[in-house]
Amino acid sequence: MRYLPLTPADRTRMLGVIGVDSIDDLFADVPAAARLSGPVDLPYHAGELEVERELAGLAALNRPAGAGPFFCGAGAYKHHVPATVDHIIQRSEFLTSYTPYQPEIAQGTLQVLFEFQTQVAALTGMDVANASMYDGSTACAEAVMMAQRVTRRNKSVLSGGVHPHYAAVTQTIAHAEGMDIVRLPVAVDAEADVLAAIDADTACVVVQTPNVFGTVTDVTKIAEAAHAAGALLIVVTTEVVSLGLLKSPGEMGADITVAEGQSIGVGLNFGGPYVGLFAVREKFVRQMPGRLCGETLDAEGRRGFVLTLSTREQHIRREKATSNICTNSGLCALAFSIHMSLLGERGLRDLALLNHSRARQLRAALADVPGFEILTPRFFNEFAIRLPQDAGAPVEALLADGIVAGVPFARLDPGAGLENVLLVTATETTSEADIAAFAEALKGRVSA
Amino acid sequence: MSLNNVGRPTRPTPAASTAHTSLTGARGLLQDEALIFEMGGWDKTGVDLAPADLDASDLGDLVRTAPIGLPGLSEPETVRHYVRLSQKNHAIDLALYPLGSCTMKHNPRLNEKLARLPGFADLHPMSPVSTVQGALALMDRLAHWLKTMTAMPAVALSPKAGAHGELCGLLTIKAAHEAKGQSHRRIVLVPTSAHGTNPATAAFVGYDVAEIAQTEDGRVDLADLEAKLSTDVAAIMVTNPNTCGLFERDIIEIARLTHAVGAYFYCDGANFNAIVGRVRPGDLGVDAMHINLHKTFSTPHGGGGPGAGPVVLSEALAPFAPAPWVVSDSKGFRLVEDTVDEASAGFGRMVAFHGQMGMFVRAYAYMLSHGADGLRQVAEDAVLNANYVKARLSGAMSAAFPDGPCMHEALFDDHWLEGSGITTLDFAKAMIDEGFHPMTMYFPLVVHGAMLIEPTETESLQELDRFCDALLALAAARAGDVERFTGAPYLAPLKRLDETLAARKPKLRWLAEA
Repeated sequence: MRYLPLTPADRTRMLGVIGVDSIDDLFADVPAAARLSGPVDLPYHAGELEVERELAGLAALNRPAGAGPFFCGAGAYKHHVPATVDHIIQRSEFLTSYTPYQPEIAQGTLQVLFEFQTQVAALTGMDVANASMYDGSTACAEAVMMAQRVTRRNKSVLSGGVHPHYAAVTQTIAHAEGMDIVRLPVAVDAEADVLAAIDADTACVVVQTPNVFGTVTDVTKIAEAAHAAGALLIVVTTEVVSLGLLKSPGEMGADITVAEGQSIGVGLNFGGPYVGLFAVREKFVRQMPGRLCGETLDAEGRRGFVLTLSTREQHIRREKATSNICTNSGLCALAFSIHMSLLGERGLRDLALLNHSRARQLRAALADVPGFEILTPRFFNEFAIRLPQDAGAPVEALLADGIVAGVPFARLDPGAGLENVLLVTATETTSEADIAAFAEALKGRVSA
Repeated sequence: MSLNNVGRPTRPTPAASTAHTSLTGARGLLQDEALIFEMGGWDKTGVDLAPADLDASDLGDLVRTAPIGLPGLSEPETVRHYVRLSQKNHAIDLALYPLGSCTMKHNPRLNEKLARLPGFADLHPMSPVSTVQGALALMDRLAHWLKTMTAMPAVALSPKAGAHGELCGLLTIKAAHEAKGQSHRRIVLVPTSAHGTNPATAAFVGYDVAEIAQTEDGRVDLADLEAKLSTDVAAIMVTNPNTCGLFERDIIEIARLTHAVGAYFYCDGANFNAIVGRVRPGDLGVDAMHINLHKTFSTPHGGGGPGAGPVVLSEALAPFAPAPWVVSDSKGFRLVEDTVDEASAGFGRMVAFHGQMGMFVRAYAYMLSHGADGLRQVAEDAVLNANYVKARLSGAMSAAFPDGPCMHEALFDDHWLEGSGITTLDFAKAMIDEGFHPMTMYFPLVVHGAMLIEPTETESLQELDRFCDALLALAAARAGDVERFTGAPYLAPLKRLDETLAARKPKLRWLAEA
């Protein structure tokens, strides 16, 4: 077996050094009733060639986003990732290292995390960011838990524009915590509806911009109202490229910003791994979940970086920790940071504008389709359309034309009564030819 | 608990350096690398994008006008920056990485290649189900392997890490109790030797944590367990093999006692590598167990993640698993994404989308490569290697549990350092100068000055001997050469870092000089 270096002779010699007769002696503590006498009922080992053949066969059954015109978004976005990113994250020293608990021999990872935290803080307009969460949805749930700790209040209000998966994850965790979640009715342009639900028991309000329908909202007034009531404002963003064009959550008064960082550097990966961004105002740092990297000096006075404020974390505080998170998305944070370094402010702004421009072209093309109603009033690179029929049918039909038309909203939230709503996205990877082909195919397949 | 208790240095004593120093701050080829924010690239970019045809005038004052503060680098500068940084890291590809409880084993490059096939890497999670049949088939096969290796009837694939799997397991248990009208059960029992994530997870979902004592020989104290079990207990969380690297001999009895009071048995599967292919948790009476794909099934640790923590479930808990899951019929595979829709008792949702597909691909490739025979050999070699290290080092260092075999980890305490003026931390830092990553220190908390060594099965006998020779040489040097330890490391990119300073005046981002 190619991954196992010991030879039979090695094993015999080692058993001798240990002073036992057989490997079974080393498993003597296992109750006899639970000892397997031989391998379980699964295939035996296989060579690289055979394994590659099987997995390549499975991969070939899938239709990658890049295989043709593609318009899905809804929390995961198709973007071009520079080749440099994947090259660097495959370096042994990044790929095969552990969490940087020994800072003397982990300065590579630690400096990257410090740079990542700074990039995320700048991007979101917040003071401090952590070293990553699993993804945007779990970051959202953690933010709500954190707001409860900060305010010692029990109720959280989620706007109807929050991604239904994010809302579901948050509700799942909150239910276990005994926390009260008020999720407002799903609506395309109603982030401000949270205003009416804020009261003296409210720990936080959670709004999303651009929201799941793509609607962009200035949440400044929501922040003011929340703060006036002693509640925190949590702003969610699933498409971080938008922050190259739109006012940041920090500028609008957010207390906690959570985002899905997948668009920068990570790729689609059928939903994971992704990278959750989590950023807060300075005064809340000690209530944050997750790892934090900080600057310090070594014994010779040289600048270095360490994981810090770990008294918040599970390995020190156990049941009193701010979260149970341990493993995070380190390598995805590295990918994010490399891609962001390549973009720089200028590249990010250009990329964001290009996304917006492509989406407006898409809107113009689809607005001409008979029976289509564009629902999203202000958008970045994604918007919702009401079709004259169930949105699932044309998506299936257009597959025959080689086009993946978008995400039917009902797939995200079957109970919302929005069966006719389709979410469509355009990014820098969407060509004018893709848009033309999409509009043309729709005209042929949708009956007004 | 002070930081020192878990092996975090607080403030190092300033060292007078007698070594040769450069004029630039470099150490030979090891560059003193600036932060990206110090390189002046405020108007630089390393990407060439097509021009946008339209502006953003339609968005009015929603547009960001103030500077963001993101520097850019050209491609050559980017490559050089990150390659220079990479050289300051230790990695499993460089040497044995003996972190107990972490299973730092070789990461096959085939798995990296396969995870990058466009059919997996460039697949959108909401792409129509007919366009993702291969991905769903892979999830289904991975689930089959996990269930078969563990003799458990169900698995929830979506948790994104071990601690997230614990969360999933406890939420499943909570839902099961609620369904039976047993919501009054408020207590989760956790051994004193448990990973910190266990009590943190139990508290996170609103349970009260009570500790179970440990016996002299490093196992769960059955009498104490029995005394604390009651109809107020929701679950016990036991790691097996435990964090002392020992198999819980009474595990079947532990399960029986737990079930007798109507509680569930959550097993922390972090140490599954020791028993994969030789013992199936389902045969031990386990109700739920997470499997760290980034440990046992070798997806890379990546400097702290990402991982994946699927949770296998017993018959009793299976109906309460979270969405989504994969089902198949004559039309192929599909995803059940909404528990309400399927009239299931599922407790909800752990994540957006379907879990860590990138890890699923790697883990499945790893399983196919090893097969049922190879995975059994994995456990045997992992245990053999740990016992070999224990045997070779026991003459010089004090094993915490000298009697009987260990499983995949060899645990030492610091009795052998008494009177030497050297702590576990010092010894571990001196290992760095000899070319090895320190072992896990000061964990488990139940062993004084703990040193937990997990070599894994992917180390050759030559590398094990090199490692043991280094530790034995260090052990021999402890008398009369204290500074070798107390000032260590001397040969790393940096000397010991001031963690007190970092925590007292947190500097968590780069800021322009005022």
